[in-house]
Amino acid sequence: MATMTDPPAEGFRLSQLLYDTRYRSATIQVVAFFLVMAGLVWLVNNVVINLSAAGKDFDFAFLNSRAGYDINQRLIEYSNDSTHRRAAYVGILNTLLVAFLGCITATILGVIAGVLRLSKNWIVGRLMTVYVEGFRNIPLLLWIIVIFAIMTESMPQPRDFRGEDAEASMILGESVAVTNRGIYIPNLVFTRSLGGNEVDAETGAAIASASFADLALLVAVIVAGFFASGYIGRRATATQERTGVRPPGVFWMRAGAIILPAVIVLVALGATLDYPQLQGFNFSGGIHLRNSLIALWFALSLYTGAFIAEIVRAGILSVSKGQTEASSALGMRPSWTMNLVILPQAMRVIIPPLISQFLNLTKNSSLALAVGYMDVRSTLGGITINQTGRELEGMLLLGGFYLLTSLIISLFMNIYNNSVALKER
Amino acid sequence: MKKSVFLGTIAATALVAGAASAQTLAEVQERGVLNCGVTTGLTGFAAPNAEGEWEGFDVAVCRAVAAAVLGDASAVEFVPTTGQTRFTALASGEIDLLARNTTWTFSRDVDLAFEFVGINYYDGQGFMVPRELGVSSALELDGATVCIQTGTTTELNLADFFASNNMSYEPVPIETNAEAQQQYLAGACDVYTTDASGLAATRATFEDPSAHVVLPEIVSKEPLGPLVRHGDNEWGDIARWTLNALIAAEELGVTSANVGEIGASTENPEIRRLLGTEGDLGAMLGLDADWAARAIAAVGNYGEIFEGNIGESTPIGLARGLNAQWTDGGLLYAPPFR
Repeated sequence: MATMTDPPAEGFRLSQLLYDTRYRSATIQVVAFFLVMAGLVWLVNNVVINLSAAGKDFDFAFLNSRAGYDINQRLIEYSNDSTHRRAAYVGILNTLLVAFLGCITATILGVIAGVLRLSKNWIVGRLMTVYVEGFRNIPLLLWIIVIFAIMTESMPQPRDFRGEDAEASMILGESVAVTNRGIYIPNLVFTRSLGGNEVDAETGAAIASASFADLALLVAVIVAGFFASGYIGRRATATQERTGVRPPGVFWMRAGAIILPAVIVLVALGATLDYPQLQGFNFSGGIHLRNSLIALWFALSLYTGAFIAEIVRAGILSVSKGQTEASSALGMRPSWTMNLVILPQAMRVIIPPLISQFLNLTKNSSLALAVGYMDVRSTLGGITINQTGRELEGMLLLGGFYLLTSLIISLFMNIYNNSVALKER
Repeated sequence: MKKSVFLGTIAATALVAGAASAQTLAEVQERGVLNCGVTTGLTGFAAPNAEGEWEGFDVAVCRAVAAAVLGDASAVEFVPTTGQTRFTALASGEIDLLARNTTWTFSRDVDLAFEFVGINYYDGQGFMVPRELGVSSALELDGATVCIQTGTTTELNLADFFASNNMSYEPVPIETNAEAQQQYLAGACDVYTTDASGLAATRATFEDPSAHVVLPEIVSKEPLGPLVRHGDNEWGDIARWTLNALIAAEELGVTSANVGEIGASTENPEIRRLLGTEGDLGAMLGLDADWAARAIAAVGNYGEIFEGNIGESTPIGLARGLNAQWTDGGLLYAPPFR
C-alpha cells in the first residue's frame, strides 16, 4: 500500500504578487483597473466642479419645455408649440431619412460604377475612373454646397411659373416643378383614407389625404407580395428539379403576386395623385423635396458611391480568374457566371468595408448644417442647444444617438455578412 | 476604455469652460489683446473694410473697451461668430466680450448665465421683401418662404408672429447674414427677416437697394447690447461703464475732437469726473484715471459712432429714432458718473 504525502505547503508571500508569473498578470490588471477608475473619477469630478463654477447644472428637463421654433421638413406632426424632445425626434427622423435614401442610392451607384470600371470598353472604364477619383478626392462639404448652389442659383423661382407667358414651366406632363426652392413632385393621396377624410363643405366630396395607416398597409401588401412571389419561384424551381420542366408562366405569376394586391389596395383606398399647384408665394400640394435634402442626398450618394465602387471592384477582382474559366467550361452564360459564381464570392470581400461606408454616410449626414437641412444636428444639436444653453446635455444626447444608430446599422450588416460569409463545414 | 475616452473629451471641454470664469481684466491685460466676438460680417455693425480692418457700430464698442483697458484701440482680436456659435464662444472664454447685435432677453441673462452690460441699439424685428412682389404688409405673407438666421430671437419671434396671425410659412434656416443675402437675392426665399437695423444694413449692400422694401411692421422688441460672462463683476462693470461713458459723452458734448482739452478747460464737474481730471472713478474700476477719455478719443462718443457707421449720412441711413439721447426724446440714458 502506497502512501501519498503532500508536498510541504509553502506559505504565500507578498512578493509572489510581483515575482511569481502565476500572480503577476493579475496584479498588473488590478493595478491598471484602479488607475483607469481613478482617472474616470477625476474626469467626472472635474466636469462637476467646472459646471458648478460656470453656474450650470446638469439637467435634461429642457427637453420637455416648449421649443418655440419651426422646422420646415417634418415627417411627424410638429409645431412651434411642441417640445424640444419632439423637435429632436423630427431631427432624428430627418437624419434617418437622408441616411436611408443615401445608403440605397450610394449602393446602386457604387455597384454600377464598380462593375463598369472593369468594363472592357475603354470610354466607359475611364469615365467611371473620372467619377470615382473626382468624388473621392474632393471634400464632401464642397459637393454638398456646389449642388445646393446650383439648385438655388440656376433654377427658376416659383413666381416665374406664373402667368400666360411664364418664363418657366412644369415638366413631365405638368406634374413636376423644379424650382430654386426644391423640386415639387406629385403625392399619393387617398379619397377613402384609413385615417378618415375631411369633407369639403361645399360639394360634400371627401378631400383626399394620406395617413400613416394607408402607407403602412400599402407597404405591408407589397412586402407580402414579394414573399409570395419568392414562394412561387422556389416552388417552380423545385418542380423543375423534380421533373426537368419549369412550369409555364412563372414570371407572370410572380409579377402578378406583387402587383395585383397592391393595385387592389390602391383602388380600394381610392388612390389619386395630388399634383403641385402654384398658390400664393409657393407651390402647394404634392411633395416638396427641399434643396437642402436634394443637395445632401445627392452629394452623400455620389461621394459614398465612389468609395463603394472601389470596394465592389476590389471584391470582383478578388475572385480568382479560374472561377470564371471553370464556369465557362461548364457552359454557363456570362450573366450567370457573374450572378451565380463571381458575385456570391465577391460579397464576402465587399460586405465588411461596405458597413464602414454606410456608417460614414450616416455620420456625414451631420454636414446638413451647411445647407440648413434640419437633421438632428441642426435641431437638437443646433437650435435647441442655442436657445436653452444646454450644450453638454445636448451633445451627450447627440453623441448617444449617433452611437446607437451606428451600432444598429453595424448589427444588421453583420447579420447579413454572416449569412453570406463562407460556411465552413 | 471607449467610455473613458468619451468622458475625457467632455471633461476637457468643461475644463476650458471653467478655467475662464474670473479675473478677465488681469487676463486681458496680461495678454495685451482683447478678444471680442462680432458678427461674421454685417456692414455698418461689424465688417472688415477694404484694408481688412474691422469697423462698425459694434466694433466701436470693442475698440472703446480695448482703449479703456489696454490704452490701444487696435489691440483687439476680432472673433467672427454666427448666431449659433456666439454664446458658446463667450461661455468657453474664447472671447472676453460679445458685441454682436445680440438681443437682451431674460433667459439669456439668467439661464445662459451672461451679463448684458447695457443697450447700444434699440431695435425691432422687421421683414424685407422684393418690391416686385407687391407686398405692403407683413400680414400678407401667408405661405411665404422666409429666410432666418438660426439660433436667434428672430427665429422665435417669427414663429410667434405667424402663429398669432394664423398664417403659415416655410422657414429656410441659414447661418450667416452673407448666406441669407445670397439666398434672398437668388429668390430662394421671398422674405428675409432680422432686426430692422440689420435689414437696412443688408439692403444698403445690394446692387439696387430700391428694388427691396422693408415692411412697416416691427414685430418685436430687440434691445441689442454687448455682453460678458456671469460671475466676473469687475469685468462686467468695465464694459458697462465704457458703454455708458460713450453715451454720457454725447449728452455732455464731449467728442473725440475736444476730449483732449475739454477735461482741463471745462467747469462742468461731471465732465471732469468722466474724463478723470477730478475724482478717482478710474481707480474704482481698477483702471487709470483717463480710461474714459481714451475710449472717447479712440472711437468718438455714441453720436459720432452712430453717424459714422450707420447714421443718415451713410448708405445704411438709419435715423436715430429710439436711439436718440433722452434729452432728444430717445431712450439713451446713461446713469450719472459720480
